[in-house]
Amino acid sequence: MTLTDLANPTRFLTLTGRLLPWLAASTALLLLIGLYQSAVAPDDYQQGATVKIMFIHVPNAWLSMFVWGVMSLAALGTLVWRHPLADVAAKTAAPIGASFTFLALVTGSLWGRPMWGTYWEWDARLTSVLILFLMYLGLIALWRAVEDPSRAARAAAILTLVGAINLPIIKFSVDWWNTLHQPASVMRIGGPSLDRAFLIPLLVMALAFSLLFLTLHLAAMRNEILRRRVRALQMMQASQRSA
Amino acid sequence: MTALAALIRRDIQIALRVGGGALIGVLFFLTVVVLMPFAVGPDLALLTRLGPALLWLGALLASLLTLDRLFTADHEDGSLDLIVMSRTPLELACAAKALAHWLAAGLPLVIATPVLGLLLNLDATATSAVALTLLVGTPALTFTGMIGAALAVTLHRGGLLLAVLVLPLSIPLLIFGVAASQAAISGPLSFGAPFSILCALSLASFVIGPFAAAASLRHGLD
Repeated sequence: MTLTDLANPTRFLTLTGRLLPWLAASTALLLLIGLYQSAVAPDDYQQGATVKIMFIHVPNAWLSMFVWGVMSLAALGTLVWRHPLADVAAKTAAPIGASFTFLALVTGSLWGRPMWGTYWEWDARLTSVLILFLMYLGLIALWRAVEDPSRAARAAAILTLVGAINLPIIKFSVDWWNTLHQPASVMRIGGPSLDRAFLIPLLVMALAFSLLFLTLHLAAMRNEILRRRVRALQMMQASQRSA
Repeated sequence: MTALAALIRRDIQIALRVGGGALIGVLFFLTVVVLMPFAVGPDLALLTRLGPALLWLGALLASLLTLDRLFTADHEDGSLDLIVMSRTPLELACAAKALAHWLAAGLPLVIATPVLGLLLNLDATATSAVALTLLVGTPALTFTGMIGAALAVTLHRGGLLLAVLVLPLSIPLLIFGVAASQAAISGPLSFGAPFSILCALSLASFVIGPFAAAASLRHGLD
């Protein structure tokens, strides 16, 4: 079983059709566990109960960047290997990634209100996530601007790879400006600085959200393949009728 | 090499002659900066404070406006196909086109900056700081904008789509350009740090821009 075997859309549909219920069930289970653990996690001595927003906010923020990484891989698949499913993967990942980014912004601003006293602060990391959101929207606009899917796929692939250069800027902007937003505290040299009581629910939630992305993405890819088939059938029917 | 020089010379000539419209960018720059006092009020102290930001925004929008024509005109008369098929590497040809575009449309913006600085009540230090950051930053605007222009021409869409694609990519340039100018005028920060980062962003765009634009033209044109 390799990636080339998956290039056949029919085989992809059968495989994911069998896989999806299990994925959906394990996502739901993990989300339940994660939400329960987040709910019973202790309050922070400074932030009180608002620290629980973190369990939603941080996975969303991680995924907002991770999805762009997935799209970059798919973009390479489109440009280099011409993998037939790569542009389907790239196209369907964009709206999901935009949703995660939007949720990261919303939860971040709800968290910022009690912590910083303002919904929006023009801090480095917030701003770069907002830029990421705008780039997702631009990418979706690019997909929607062109009728021919393979043409749109190549253009979007190039824009995705150019945008991928934006990802490190987001990650390191924390160190560049180092303003209100706290520096990265989970992934850093010398081990995580977060307390275990917060770290475990956070990791469970991150895993649950990743599984959620996988489930939604595979389902969206199936829908896109079926949508293209319907379109091809409609065009075939239209050409037969006119002939 | 001669092919690239010829390409640069041709592009500059077309841009500067009747119908080229390179200098319209400067006119647009002037108009945008003149509009600002009407929006924020004729308060000279406020204009001094906002000056670098206004100049940078104006230059950003002006260079975006002229970028639309970077590949479209060549696509319409068929010379873009010849450039794509020629033996000169497409990446170098794209870089040459961007350089010509900057010389014709970007450099005039930098030259116009001191005059516009007077209108915004900037002193000599501030004006030269803004002009210096624009001198380093506008090539990067052209080279990153070229990616959007190449995508737009292969999709037969220009205008708004180009702006939506290019503007987010130019945000770091805006941040560091204005930061460096402000640092030279008042800030506690040194001018050197943001200016060096601006230079670095510019150099990075020289590498990324031509390759991405060439890839887009190669995959997109048929």
